[in-house]
Amino acid sequence: MTSTAVKSRAAASGRAGDKIFSGAALGAGVLILITLFAVALFLLIQALPTFSADPAEITGGEGFFAYIFPIIIGTVIAAAIALVIATPIGIGVALFISHFAPRQIAGPLGYVIDLLAAIPSVIYGAWGYMVLAPALVPGYEWLSQNLGFIPIFEGPASQTGKTILTASIVLAVMVLPIITSLSREIFLQTPKLHEEAALALGATRWEMITTAVLPFARPGIISAVMLGLGRALGETMAVALVLSTGGLIPSLIKTGNQTIAAEIALNFPEAFGLRLAELIAAGLVLFLITLVVNMIARAIIARHKEFSGAN
Amino acid sequence: MSKRIDVNDLNVYYSKFRAVEGVSINIEAKSVTAFIGPSGCGKSTFLRTLNRMHEVIPGGRVEGEVLLDGDNLYAPGVDPVTVRSQIGMVFQRPNPFPTMSIRDNVLAGVKLNGKKIAKSDADALVEKSLRGANLWNEVKDRLDKPGAGLSGGQQQRLCIARTIAVKPDVILMDEPCSALDPISTLAIEDLINELKNDYTVVIVTHNMQQAARVSDKTAFFNIAGTGKPGKLIEYNDTATIFSNPAEQATEDYVSGRFG
Amino acid sequence: MKTDQDLAPKQPTPPSRKRNSLAKGKLPKWAIPATAAGSIILGAAASTLGGFAIATFAIYSALLFVIAATIITSLVEGNRRGKNALATYLVYGAFLLALIPLASVLYTVLQKGIPGINMHFLTSSMNGVTGAVDNATVENGTPVIGGAYHAVMGTLLITLWATLISVPVGMLTAIYLVEYGKGGPLSKAITFFVDVMTGIPSIVAGLFAAAFFGLLLGPNSRMGIVAAVALSVLMIPTVVRSTEEMLKIVPNELREASYALGVRRWRTILKVVIPTAISGIASGVTLAIARVIGETAPILVTAGIASNINLNVFADWMSTLPTFIYYQILTPTSPTNIDPSLQRAWAAALLLIVMVMALNLIARLVAKIFAPKNGR
Repeated sequence: MTSTAVKSRAAASGRAGDKIFSGAALGAGVLILITLFAVALFLLIQALPTFSADPAEITGGEGFFAYIFPIIIGTVIAAAIALVIATPIGIGVALFISHFAPRQIAGPLGYVIDLLAAIPSVIYGAWGYMVLAPALVPGYEWLSQNLGFIPIFEGPASQTGKTILTASIVLAVMVLPIITSLSREIFLQTPKLHEEAALALGATRWEMITTAVLPFARPGIISAVMLGLGRALGETMAVALVLSTGGLIPSLIKTGNQTIAAEIALNFPEAFGLRLAELIAAGLVLFLITLVVNMIARAIIARHKEFSGAN
Repeated sequence: MSKRIDVNDLNVYYSKFRAVEGVSINIEAKSVTAFIGPSGCGKSTFLRTLNRMHEVIPGGRVEGEVLLDGDNLYAPGVDPVTVRSQIGMVFQRPNPFPTMSIRDNVLAGVKLNGKKIAKSDADALVEKSLRGANLWNEVKDRLDKPGAGLSGGQQQRLCIARTIAVKPDVILMDEPCSALDPISTLAIEDLINELKNDYTVVIVTHNMQQAARVSDKTAFFNIAGTGKPGKLIEYNDTATIFSNPAEQATEDYVSGRFG
Repeated sequence: MKTDQDLAPKQPTPPSRKRNSLAKGKLPKWAIPATAAGSIILGAAASTLGGFAIATFAIYSALLFVIAATIITSLVEGNRRGKNALATYLVYGAFLLALIPLASVLYTVLQKGIPGINMHFLTSSMNGVTGAVDNATVENGTPVIGGAYHAVMGTLLITLWATLISVPVGMLTAIYLVEYGKGGPLSKAITFFVDVMTGIPSIVAGLFAAAFFGLLLGPNSRMGIVAAVALSVLMIPTVVRSTEEMLKIVPNELREASYALGVRRWRTILKVVIPTAISGIASGVTLAIARVIGETAPILVTAGIASNINLNVFADWMSTLPTFIYYQILTPTSPTNIDPSLQRAWAAALLLIVMVMALNLIARLVAKIFAPKNGR
C-alpha cells in the first residue's frame, strides 16, 4: 500500500489538487472585485444618457440635478428622523440587554430583538401602510393643531397618515436592531476591571455606565449609528409602501416628499429609454451616498479596533 | 524503518529575523535526542525545520541542509508533504481532530490523503497504532467516540498513535508533556522509551529531569539576548551534559543557575 | 406636560419611616409598586379626559410613573440614586418600546394572515383572477379566489439559484482570505470591497443586475436568474463574512496536526478545517438565505411580476412572495373591492414570515446541534 511508487503518484496528483483549489479560491475573490467594478461600470454606462440628454427631456423639465436634488433631500430627511428616533432607543435596548436585564434572560431577549431584523422589509411596509399610518392620524392632527406654527408640523395633517414621518418611524424600527446588536457587542466588551473599579468606588449602576461603559463604547456606537444610517438611506419598501409621495415640502405630517430608493421602485417597472437611464443614475447617486456613509462607519470601527488592540 | 538525521550549518529566518544560527548536529537512528534550553532559544523553531513545519508560518525559511539518511529535505523539487509523511510531529497541546472519532483520528493520515484502505487493513492499523501508543486497552471499547472526549494524557497518546499510523521514520515531539499532569507525563515518557526501538525520536523539553530520564543524547540551545538568534551550545551524551558539560553556559543551565 | 407637573406631587408619597440602620435612607419595598399603581390610576383618569385610548393611557401612565418615581427616589435616597432610577426606568422603557412594533407586526400578520391561508391559496396562482372575479367574490360573499403558489415557487427558485451562486463564491473567497491571502494586498482589497458590498442598498443591487443583463440581452430582459444574480450581490458578502469568522476560530493546531501527518493543504482545508467550522458556516449561510428571501426591491426591478406559474428562471417574468405582497397592496386586483387583495397579501406575508422564522430557527439549531462535541 505504501510503496514509494504509490506515494509519489499520489503526491503528483495532490500537488495539482493544491494548485486547482488555491486557484479556485483566488478566482472567487477576484470575481467579487470584478463584480463590484462591474456594478459601478454598468450603472454608469446605463446612466450616461441622463447626463447627455436635453435638460427639458428630464422628468421635471429642468435637468437631472433639479430632478434628483429634492429626492436626495427627502432621502436624507427620512433617514435622519429615523436615526433620531432609533439611536436613543437602540442604545437603551443594548444597555438593557448588556447591563440591566437579569443574566439568564438577557440572551433570549437579545434574540427577540434580533427578530426585528429578521422580518422582511415588505412586511414592515405593509404594517406601516395598514396599521401604523392610520394609528398616527390623531397624533398628526394634534401636532398640526398645537404645534402647527413650527414649519415641520404645519397642517393640514394628512388624513391617511401616509407621511414622511410615518415612513421614518418604520425606518427607525428597521434600523433599531442594527444599532442595538452592534452597540450591545461593544458594551459587552467593556473591560470588566473598569466596571468593577467604578462599582467599588460606590458608583451607582448608571454612574458606572457613564464613567466606564459609554466612553469605551463611543466609537462603536458612532459606527453602529452610521451603519444604521446606511441602511435607512437605502431602504426601499418601507417608504415605497408607506409614503404618499409628492414634491419636497418642510412639513413632515402632510403628503409629500420622496426618497431615491422608493422613486426607483415605484417607477422602474414602467420605465424605458431615458426614464430608465434617469432612475439608474438616481441609483448610482444612492450607491455613492451609502458608500461614503458606510466607509466612514468602517473607518471608525477599524480605528477603534487598532486602539483596543493596543491596550 | 528509522533513519538518521544530519544537519549542516542550518540558519532559520522569519522574514528578516534570524531565529536560529549555524546549527550542525548528527542525530542517530533509533535513539532519543532531547533539545533543552531557555524559552525563546530557538529549540522549537529548529525542531520544526526538521520536517519543514516552519514553512506553515508566513516568512519562515532556512539556509543550510538537513539530510535524512543522506537525502536533503531542502533539495529543489522536494515536496514538503512527502517530508512530513516520513517525519511525524507531536505538538505541545494535544490536538485530536474534534470532528473525528478515535478510530478516524488514528486513520487521519491515511484517510485525509484520500488513500483507499480495506476495512480489515484499517482495523489492523488502528489496533497496531493504538497499541504502539499504549492506548489500546483504554479505548478499544469506544473507538467510535469523539477523540476530543478523552483525557489530556490520552489525547496526547492518541496524537502519537495518529503519527505512528503514517509509518514515519522519525518522530518529532515539541514539549509533548508540558500540558499534562505528572501521571500522564510518566505514561508518555514510558512510551518514548518504547518508541525508540522502532523510530528516531527527537523531543524538545523544558523539563531537565525529563530530558535526563528519556534521552540518549542531549543538545543544549541558548540565546545571547533578546533579538539575537538561538545557537546550539553543546551536544553530547545525556549523562555527559548533566554531569560533566564542556561549556560553562551548559553547566549554569543544568545546575539551575539561570534560565 | 402641564398636567404631569400638577399630578406628580399628588402621588401617595411614602413616609420615610426609620428602619434598620443598614436600610437607612432607602425607600421601603412597597414604595415603587405603589407609585406604579398610582400612576396607572391617574394615567387612566387623565386619558379619559380626551376620550379614552390605550395609547394615551400608556403614555400618560408611563410618564407619570417615571417622573414620580424619580422624584421620590431623589427625595428619599438622594440625587445620585434618583438619577440612577431615572436611567433605569428609561432603559427598561426603551426595551418595552422596542417590543411594541415587533408585537404589533407579528399580531397583525397573524390576525390578518390566518383567514387567508387555505389549500386553495397554497396551490393556485393568480392566473385568470381579475378585478371582476374579486368583485364577484365580495358581492356573493364566496371564498377568495387566487393564491400565491406561483409566488412561493418563484421565491424558492430564485432563492435557490441565488444560494447556488453565492455559497461557492462566498465560501471560496473566505477560504482565500483566511487560508491563502493572509493579509496580502489582494486580500486587503477583497476584504475592503466585501465591506463595501455589505452596504449596497438592495435596490441598487437590483439595478446592477438589471443593467448588466440589459446590456447583455437587451433592455427589459427580466427573468428569475437576473433576480438571483441581484440577490447574490446581497448574499455573497454575508456568506464571506460568516465563513471567514468561522474559519478564523478553527485552531491553527488542527491545521498543523494535519500538515504534520503529510496531508496537503487543500485536503486539510476540505477535510479538517471546513468540517470543524461547518456548523457555523451552515448557520451563517442559512441566515444569509433568510435575509435575501424577504427582499422585495431587487426583485421588482429584475424579475418583474407574473400572475401565472413560471418554473423556468431563464425565461419570462416571475413573482416572488415579497413582490406579490407589494403589488397586492399597492395595486389591488380590483381597485373597487380591495379586501380580497389585502387578504391574499397578508396570507402571503404570514407565509413569508413563517419561512424566514423557520430559517432563523434552523440556523440556530444547526449551530447548536452540529457543533463539534467537546471541541476546544
